[in-house]
Amino acid sequence: MSNPKIVNLSRRRFLKSSTGAAAGLTLGVWLPARGQMAGPERVAGPGMAGGGAAAAGDFAPNAFVRIATDDNVTVVCKHLEMGQGTFTGLPTLVAEELDARWAQIQPEGAPVDAERYNNLFWGSVQGTGGSTAIANAFEQMRKAGAAARAMLVGAAAARWQVPAAEITVVDGVVSHPKSGNSATFGELAVAAAEQPVPDEPKLKAPSEFKLIGKAFLPRKDSKAKCTGVAQFTQDVRLPNMLTACVAHPPRFGAKVRGFDASAAEAVPGVVEAVAIPSGVAVLAYDFWSAQQGRNALTVDWDESDAFKQGSKEILADYRRRAKEPGKTVTRVGDAEAALAAAATVVEAEYSVPFLAHAAMETMDCVITPDADGGVRVVNGEQFQTIDQQAVAEVLGLEPEQVRIEMLYAGGSFGRRANPQSDYLVEAAHIFKAAGGKTSVKLIWTREDDTRAGFYRPLYLHKVRAGLDADGKPVAWQHRIVGQSIITGTAFEPALVVDGIDQTSVEGAKELPYAIPNRHLDLHSPELPVPVQWWRAVGSTHTAFAVECMMDELAAAAGTDPVDFRVALMGEHPRERDVLKLAAQQGGWYDPPLAEGRGRGIAVHKSFGSHVGMVAEVTLDDDNGFSVDRVVIAVDCGTVVNPDVVVAQMEGGMGFGLSAALMSEITLVDGAVQQSNFHDYLVLRMDKMPEVEVHIVPSNEAPTGVGEPATPVIAPAVANALAAATGKRYHQLPLERAA
Amino acid sequence: MIELRVNGETHQLDIDPQMPLLWALREHVGLTGTKYGCGIGQCGACTVHLGGAAVRSCSVPVSAAADQDITTIEGLADGPRGAVGSAVQQAWQDLDVVQCGFCQSGQIMQATALLATDPAPDDAAIDTNMTGNICRCATYARIRRAIHKAAQALG
Repeated sequence: MSNPKIVNLSRRRFLKSSTGAAAGLTLGVWLPARGQMAGPERVAGPGMAGGGAAAAGDFAPNAFVRIATDDNVTVVCKHLEMGQGTFTGLPTLVAEELDARWAQIQPEGAPVDAERYNNLFWGSVQGTGGSTAIANAFEQMRKAGAAARAMLVGAAAARWQVPAAEITVVDGVVSHPKSGNSATFGELAVAAAEQPVPDEPKLKAPSEFKLIGKAFLPRKDSKAKCTGVAQFTQDVRLPNMLTACVAHPPRFGAKVRGFDASAAEAVPGVVEAVAIPSGVAVLAYDFWSAQQGRNALTVDWDESDAFKQGSKEILADYRRRAKEPGKTVTRVGDAEAALAAAATVVEAEYSVPFLAHAAMETMDCVITPDADGGVRVVNGEQFQTIDQQAVAEVLGLEPEQVRIEMLYAGGSFGRRANPQSDYLVEAAHIFKAAGGKTSVKLIWTREDDTRAGFYRPLYLHKVRAGLDADGKPVAWQHRIVGQSIITGTAFEPALVVDGIDQTSVEGAKELPYAIPNRHLDLHSPELPVPVQWWRAVGSTHTAFAVECMMDELAAAAGTDPVDFRVALMGEHPRERDVLKLAAQQGGWYDPPLAEGRGRGIAVHKSFGSHVGMVAEVTLDDDNGFSVDRVVIAVDCGTVVNPDVVVAQMEGGMGFGLSAALMSEITLVDGAVQQSNFHDYLVLRMDKMPEVEVHIVPSNEAPTGVGEPATPVIAPAVANALAAATGKRYHQLPLERAA
Repeated sequence: MIELRVNGETHQLDIDPQMPLLWALREHVGLTGTKYGCGIGQCGACTVHLGGAAVRSCSVPVSAAADQDITTIEGLADGPRGAVGSAVQQAWQDLDVVQCGFCQSGQIMQATALLATDPAPDDAAIDTNMTGNICRCATYARIRRAIHKAAQALG
């Protein structure tokens, strides 16, 4: 990738591995995936789950493209569609090089098979995350399409006895203009399968693109999701399947001492209650009975080892820790001495709470037995390699005996890529406890989803920064306190470097601003509160601290916040340019807003993409405020689907706005206080601002768009509020602070 | 036995009368386009039409829905609000509103009920009527535009 530093800070270095080494097309005649197709027919609907075998006569030149004699082109998508547009973006890459008609392309989820479907940024691991889908597969999927095209052309040349160079392919039709011959892909599919697979198929130059970056291509999942036929895990129904609801511990670390299931088992429809490591599961013939049964359970919890601190005590503890030096992350120059000599010192503490992902589809998973003793796991699968191993371990199977079907996920925001495979492991324990012969669907209630973890950790930042007599920043001392999401997981060897969890400091370790003396250090206290990455990961808190402090410094220097930043961004032109574009488009240079209104700006780079944002707020009479308008500028390198980029900017910003304004998970005596959407507050229609997105044209390598908008909105809004009120805002969520 | 009329078809169900309509539809009628999101009427993912009005099916006991016409997302285009519903579904696709899609059955049912009673809602009316429907992908800006587009198409 263009900037190796980004690799270190993102989730791309999963498991130490030969990153990039396998960047070629995985060639070979299509076979049903090894270990995937041995069992019964796949359970999910057409085009939605992986593992489809080629029918006789189909042309399947590689693991990603299958062309049927009926002219349908199936693109096997190795990345989960959870809303971010992979089932549109990945097929676009194939369609471009294949010169196919968009309407003839159908996406299909890949089966579990890390040899063919690994994330090329994650070595041998198959999975989705870190805004890597388009970035890692950009060339791979284009090569898959180009190889198939070359083989179709070869077949046509042989059939018509004409030179391949004279053959054209347009909109799914192969033609030889001189002779007037033409054929559809379907008509050539059988013959094309006999053609040699090209080792290095020729790819188009960007100037030849007809689809990439150009057209509005309707999302492939749009119609199914507008008519109710799109299949999610919650919707899977299998013969004799039982549905499970779990009583989870009231506090983290509590264990089941015993339970009385007599009332639960008296509920009509309930089959049994079983103890599992994470609680007690009630199995029933339908969800309603399972939930009623769970509510009727009496569980005796052993809370002797349970965690009993509250968020207030955790924050107080973090403040104590922040008085002492942590592990040094970055030291440039001598920040201490420069602060002592600075003309002005600005100091601030920023804090952010625990956050739930709260995807609309609660965590759920189906496990069904296969005839050969293996199992089939069906869910919105984000972490195939990790989950396959974890489920195999619980069930005493070999990993390849665990076949995984990837359905659409009703959101994830990181949650379904759990390093402990928590809800899949729970489903496996239930399946096992129920005898291992019956299909089981685990459904978490919203209350489970809110209270059982995993969370974006609570974080505390302390920043001291100094200006010289000319108002120029000379020192930046930054201390971060918060749980590591990586320590203790399989990702520790790759992502914890010299004791520093790189995800805790991403976005703060590298600043786009030239400040001569910098010191960043980190405390990673260990708590039993389960924590995990949450859309945009470390940047969700580092961008808030850094960009708010930059605004405070600009104010202290008496300089316009844009000018103040731009003067320091000479070595970071892409951040600088999105900042300037956001300012220009966001009315930064318009006449000042009326009293009671404010405009704020922020810029941040994450997952290789650069996002600048201007937010406008209006104060109301009740100490509240509204966010009226947000203007976003993004540079994500080469754009594949412009409308998907716009959608991810709008939605990623909106997701971040929930956290900026109102979302928080709080603990009291170790118990999570929130349970559902009435108290875990999220953005609703009435608070969605007008949004405008501007994309910077670029021929740089494509970078992700699923996450980078999310962390930028909180500092932009906090800075806008500061402009409107003259006060500074240091805590999220802002509605509590305001 | 409870008799449900869903999308023009009658179903005889031997189920707990207190079972929420949502779960009766999903697990006993077999229509899974209506989603469970919260179970307490807070998110709108389970929105269906009961006697033409948008209701949260998670909070309606199935016994209270008997003898009424129920329309779900699967039957929207061919149901009593078919013209409006089809226009809404088309506008949703024209603007590529969906992301993860999990909430969109409910959004479309809610938007259809809104347009059936207010054929040209302004943004404030849209906000008021749609605020009970959460979208965690935050597709709200497009939902607003799509409702306006459907309203225009219906003239």
